[in-house]
Amino acid sequence: MTTHRESLTATRDLVRFALRRDRIKLPIWVGGIGLGMLYAVSALPTVYATPEERQVRADLMDSPAATMMSGPGYGLDNYSLGAMITNEMVLWLAVPAAMMSIFLVIRHTRAEEETGRAELVRSAVVGRHAAPVAALIVALIANAGVAVLTALAMMSGDLAVGDSVAVGVGLGMTGLVFAGVATVTAQLTEHARSASSLAMAVVGTAFLLRAIGDAAEPGGNLVSWLSPLAWGQQMRPFVDLRWWPLLLAGAVVLGTVAVAYALSGRRDVGAGLLPARLGKAEASASLSTPFGLAFRQQRASVIGWGTGLFIFAVASGSLSDSVTEAVAENPDMAEVFAGQNPTDGFYATMALFFGLLIAAFAVTSVLRLRSEERSGHTEAVLATAVSRSRWISAWLAFTVLASAFLLAVSGFGIGLGAVSGAAGATVIGEVTLATMAFLPAVLVVIGVAAALFGIRPGWSVWVWFLVGYAFFFGMFGALLDLPDLIADISPFSHLTVMPLDQLDAVPLIALAVIAAGLISVGRALFQHRDLDAP
Amino acid sequence: MSAALKIQQLHKSFGQVKALDGLDLSVQTGQVAGFLGPNGAGKSTAIRVLLGLLRPDSGSVEVLGRHPWDDAVELHRRLAYVPGDVSLWPNLTGGEAIDLLCRLRGGADKSRKAELLDRFELDPTKKGRTYSKGNRQKVALVAALAANVELLVLDEPTSGLDPLMETVFQDCIAEAKTAGRSVLLSSHILAEVEKLCDSVTIIRSGRAVQSGTLAELRQLTRTTIIASIDGSPERLAELPGVHDFVADKGVVTFDVDHDRMATAVQALGALGVRTLNSAPPSLEQLFLRQYGDDLVAQEVSA
Repeated sequence: MTTHRESLTATRDLVRFALRRDRIKLPIWVGGIGLGMLYAVSALPTVYATPEERQVRADLMDSPAATMMSGPGYGLDNYSLGAMITNEMVLWLAVPAAMMSIFLVIRHTRAEEETGRAELVRSAVVGRHAAPVAALIVALIANAGVAVLTALAMMSGDLAVGDSVAVGVGLGMTGLVFAGVATVTAQLTEHARSASSLAMAVVGTAFLLRAIGDAAEPGGNLVSWLSPLAWGQQMRPFVDLRWWPLLLAGAVVLGTVAVAYALSGRRDVGAGLLPARLGKAEASASLSTPFGLAFRQQRASVIGWGTGLFIFAVASGSLSDSVTEAVAENPDMAEVFAGQNPTDGFYATMALFFGLLIAAFAVTSVLRLRSEERSGHTEAVLATAVSRSRWISAWLAFTVLASAFLLAVSGFGIGLGAVSGAAGATVIGEVTLATMAFLPAVLVVIGVAAALFGIRPGWSVWVWFLVGYAFFFGMFGALLDLPDLIADISPFSHLTVMPLDQLDAVPLIALAVIAAGLISVGRALFQHRDLDAP
Repeated sequence: MSAALKIQQLHKSFGQVKALDGLDLSVQTGQVAGFLGPNGAGKSTAIRVLLGLLRPDSGSVEVLGRHPWDDAVELHRRLAYVPGDVSLWPNLTGGEAIDLLCRLRGGADKSRKAELLDRFELDPTKKGRTYSKGNRQKVALVAALAANVELLVLDEPTSGLDPLMETVFQDCIAEAKTAGRSVLLSSHILAEVEKLCDSVTIIRSGRAVQSGTLAELRQLTRTTIIASIDGSPERLAELPGVHDFVADKGVVTFDVDHDRMATAVQALGALGVRTLNSAPPSLEQLFLRQYGDDLVAQEVSA
């Protein structure tokens, strides 16, 4: 019988080992989140210098569409800097904290098991639960870093100490909740990729629940409370601070760890709880070309993304009525839209948001080229009568088609949601086209990823910076009053998609040409470099 | 006889590391060539250059009369490759992976595939991630052997196979040779090479240190002689070309250089031989002779 203590043997060594392996990754994540907060704390006071300016902003935030992308709207009647940051920034720092925690936990648990490295480690004097516990401790350290840095960043802007600490701890606890979720999903599936996808689906659901709940009534309703992403903002920092929502987060962390503990006792090293099945002895006709292989490898991921995006899109679209109503009741707000039809503005924002999500999908799809190469699969394919150019072209063609499909599905979903309210049926076609108009911008992201991959497979991950930048810009750019030159770096900032007749063909074509250029550069570079050894 | 594959003065570096340092290697058409060397000697790098996956720094490389980097696609229709560490797509079954690889190469014989699956006792319905190392190796072997190609490039193809499957593999290679195919077999299982190969190249630090037919290589080294004699053995020990001489109660054991064999046998005859046992050098001895100083150095430092 192993005692409880023995099952944790060598945890300390594994923690040090994990910190050593992540010595670059974690500081970038934690530092990036801290910098995001520092940026908000230093930029927002210059953009919204007076209470009057902040109040105009507050009126703008008082709509369901804005609420879906920000927070429950505490303190809108007296919109202080602290209330503003809590309401508008915290969600966008909580999501990266959740992603960091999920990737961290999966990297040190399921990914290790999948590659077989865990077997090597477990054969040494290492306890059964040492690896997941070590991963959780590292997640605790990283999220403590997030809490400290964000709180310090807020204090640097002369914000109240207690409330700043509450925001920081709220963010850290949110990250930790998703670390707990990832420890559970790591037990369920055999693959690191499916384990992180499953945990990310929980993040997506949490995002959606908070959006729906908070949009339904000021301060959110019961649906909001189902979302861990809501709890930090529900502490009401800078408005009417309360600490007890942290207890919910703590309970979920403990609960998920207990579930993971129970599950891990029921399975073998390397195995998932969901059993592997037998498959076909012969390949179907479609699996005869590089494109067929790319399709087969990513089919499940496209179905998953498509389903998630569609549900999310319908839910978002159904809010268009309440936006229109809010504008009808509030003449000031109509002015904010400066003549633009607020419903169109809402659709345009939604189209942009989904365009950015699909850019993220496109990046994951292109980055698979890198893991195919690292695992030796590319070598096996290129040792047959497949040229390098055919291989990379087939893969990128699939990414482009899948992105176009997902844009169409999202646009259709938004339109369908809108039609469920008061909007006329023509909206479906319009919004679908408006969303699809972001395809050239997604193509540029694909092109950058392909060009980086062409230089060196390891470099392709840097494309995430472009997506992160575009996201930050798409969501906050207009508020921050930055020079055009900086905004122009994001391929998404060149398109006005609603109403459709304002859509200008020139930037669309320009972006498509740039994308085509980048893709051919990537293809040429890939043809001239050594293949990475597996 | 023409060469199916010819490498001359091949150099390839990765940053500071010289992986190949003037390698020469050739495979004659219709022959099985062994490619020997310990881990890290540069075997896999050479093979990746032959497949056009790496670009050589300098030197000439010709496979089936073509340049592997420039004519990769055309060339790959005519050859099949088995890597030493096969990685399969986790969500494809073994059967699907075999079909895919065959189709990407331009098709394969269905009945041949079925026959090979049967001989290697491979279950094609399992997903790639559930195969053991030996079974993954079998998937790549079936995909390569089912192809109707002129050249097989095999990089330690039997690693992870059990002895029964190793025999099946050896039969398959013998059949490939009968069918007129050329084979490059990189290995460090010497018995396998000795059994299958017409010629052998031993590589060390990215350079060929010995190559030729097994018979030629054997001539480069010594034969071990064990004999019981009536006469006094002292004279033997003083003969030129005799090494490591040991005499014990009328039984002498020594190694003799290939070109001094005749003198040694004459001298033995004069001493009244009762039994005579001569062992030609095994490939293992040949191999260890090339790497022997490393072993000595290790023993000294240990």
